[in-house]
Amino acid sequence: MSNCNCKNFASKLLAWIDERFPLSQVWNEHMAKYYAPKNFNFWYFFGSLALLVLVNQIVTGIWLTMNYKPDANMAFDAVEAIMRDFEWGWLIRYMHSTGASIFFIVIYLHMFRGMMYGSFKKPRELVWLLGMSLYLALMAEAFMGYLLPWGQMSYWGANVIISLFSAIPVIGDDLATWIRGDFLISDVTLNRFFSFHVIAVPLIIVGLVFLHIVALHKVGSNNPDGVEIKKLKDSNGVPLDGIPFHPYYTVKDLFGAVVFVTICAWIIFYSPEMGGYFLEHPNFIPADSLKTPEHIAPVWYFTPFYSILRAIPSKFGGMLAMFAAIFILFFLPWLDRCQVKSIRYRGNIYKIALGLFVVSFVTLGYLGTIPPTPTDSFFGAFFTIVYFGFFLLMPIYTRLEVTKPVPERVVWPLKPLLEREGWHWDLVRKAIATLQSTSWYRQAATIACGYWQNLQAFMKNNKYLRHFL
Amino acid sequence: MNENDIDLEKRRFLTQTTVALGAVGTAFAAVPFINYLKPGAGTLESGAPIDVDITKLEPAQMIRVEWRGQPIWVLKRTDEMLTSLDELEPVLRDPQSDESVQPESCKNKYRSIKPEVFVAVGICTHLGCSPTYRPEAAPPDLGKEWLGGFFCTCHGSRFDLAGRVYKKVPAPTNLVVPPYYYETDTRIIMGEERT
Repeated sequence: MSNCNCKNFASKLLAWIDERFPLSQVWNEHMAKYYAPKNFNFWYFFGSLALLVLVNQIVTGIWLTMNYKPDANMAFDAVEAIMRDFEWGWLIRYMHSTGASIFFIVIYLHMFRGMMYGSFKKPRELVWLLGMSLYLALMAEAFMGYLLPWGQMSYWGANVIISLFSAIPVIGDDLATWIRGDFLISDVTLNRFFSFHVIAVPLIIVGLVFLHIVALHKVGSNNPDGVEIKKLKDSNGVPLDGIPFHPYYTVKDLFGAVVFVTICAWIIFYSPEMGGYFLEHPNFIPADSLKTPEHIAPVWYFTPFYSILRAIPSKFGGMLAMFAAIFILFFLPWLDRCQVKSIRYRGNIYKIALGLFVVSFVTLGYLGTIPPTPTDSFFGAFFTIVYFGFFLLMPIYTRLEVTKPVPERVVWPLKPLLEREGWHWDLVRKAIATLQSTSWYRQAATIACGYWQNLQAFMKNNKYLRHFL
Repeated sequence: MNENDIDLEKRRFLTQTTVALGAVGTAFAAVPFINYLKPGAGTLESGAPIDVDITKLEPAQMIRVEWRGQPIWVLKRTDEMLTSLDELEPVLRDPQSDESVQPESCKNKYRSIKPEVFVAVGICTHLGCSPTYRPEAAPPDLGKEWLGGFFCTCHGSRFDLAGRVYKKVPAPTNLVVPPYYYETDTRIIMGEERT
């Protein structure tokens, strides 16, 4: 009875709100009646995970700002005080600093997903452009945030990057001075970076995320088959291959988020600095404008572009190449001339090219973390050529592609593991078979089996739980 | 049961356990964010006990020291002042300090460890102003009955020279006496009691 009254009240309240605000309408358009392709796979976790990390960065950032002091004489000690003097401050700081690296991992995988399945292609060019703008804003956010702890790497890293601008002919030196607000990185620079990092850029990022999602929901999500599900609809206008985002993908993403948060918790608790990759060791020494650390490298997520900078033996040329390497990604929708979206049905040329791109990106990333030697410089130059070749030759090789026929509808039902085709699934099956034949696996399986039987026995004897067997 | 039928009971069970576990998880995750807002080690250190030297304190003189950002009064009362305390008892709201905050060692009519030295937090128990020290008897603005004490100019609360509140004023209780003890006859440790 009371339950009934409650529901009655809730529906009346909702009606009252709907007359004044399009609550149900927005909910339906973007969640309950937003039809997403039913064949999303593992790669489709990273969009919602990026949103989750953004929330983490904003919340932990607000908390850090409470005790941080954007003052060159106090910043380093303020961060150390957060780490030591405030309860749980170490956790909140590590959630934020590790979160930055996790953010880039998630975003790189999200972008790679788009490149694999052709999510940047017509009609989703704006989704891609807004996403790329987000990526740029994120890089600016991360770069300025890294100055705030005012450690040696903060100082010298920012020094190197800002000095890049002085390479621009004629206006360079004045521009670098204008960015710093001083003739060297100083308290003034720290203050303005703080302002950008905590207010300006986060506002831009949140705004762009909104636009990114609005644009996506206008055109609808792509999928691993690269099929437009809106072409085939039932009599109600619902795509035949679509399922409502809520509850299907909210539940899927929730599951992904739980696994993801578990992994992140492990990193934050056991390896928050990731051996110097997430937080570099010299950054635990206060900034000193008279002494450069022996080896300066940006944080790992910038190193591919840093390698490209180093590969060009000219100050201005290196800067141009570095920025070109980032901005060329914006043009992907127009460089790729192939009509087929998904890598599943594209020719071997694109598969090889994408593979080479990934290899060059990862290698350049690795090379950027180590001190330059002649051999490394050679590889740096080589993979810089591969990186740019992937984009610049794309209009040619994507026209030559021999593609497979694209199915009318998405491949459904999802095939079980044993029936999946392709060499990568062969590898997965082999790996699983090898794992299953080890004695370690058999021991673990026996123990797990014992637990499972105990759990089943417990559930069988419980008057509530036995319904679920 | 047909394989395609929806098992609503199972769905409800799974939804409810997910929500319940999620709520527990959120509560745990909120703990660091709530505790982070508590005073940090630096703040606690600045609230540590302080030394007050009263060697040079003259009779009827009052000094103010800062402890945890609050004004602490140390007043050396004359014999005259101490006798005024007895005379005022009928007009006081809480003469025995039963409703007021003070360490056990100061719960007496002088509200101090040694009768002549009065120590109190100089903040009115009404709305947090710092009252003025008015030792003179019967000044024009406070009336003939005034035998010396503390007067809060914000809302007119009156206290005697032991910080005891008058009747018919807005302040509800006597001035707070902080924990303190005598290290020597002329050195007071403010902020903790002798253990």
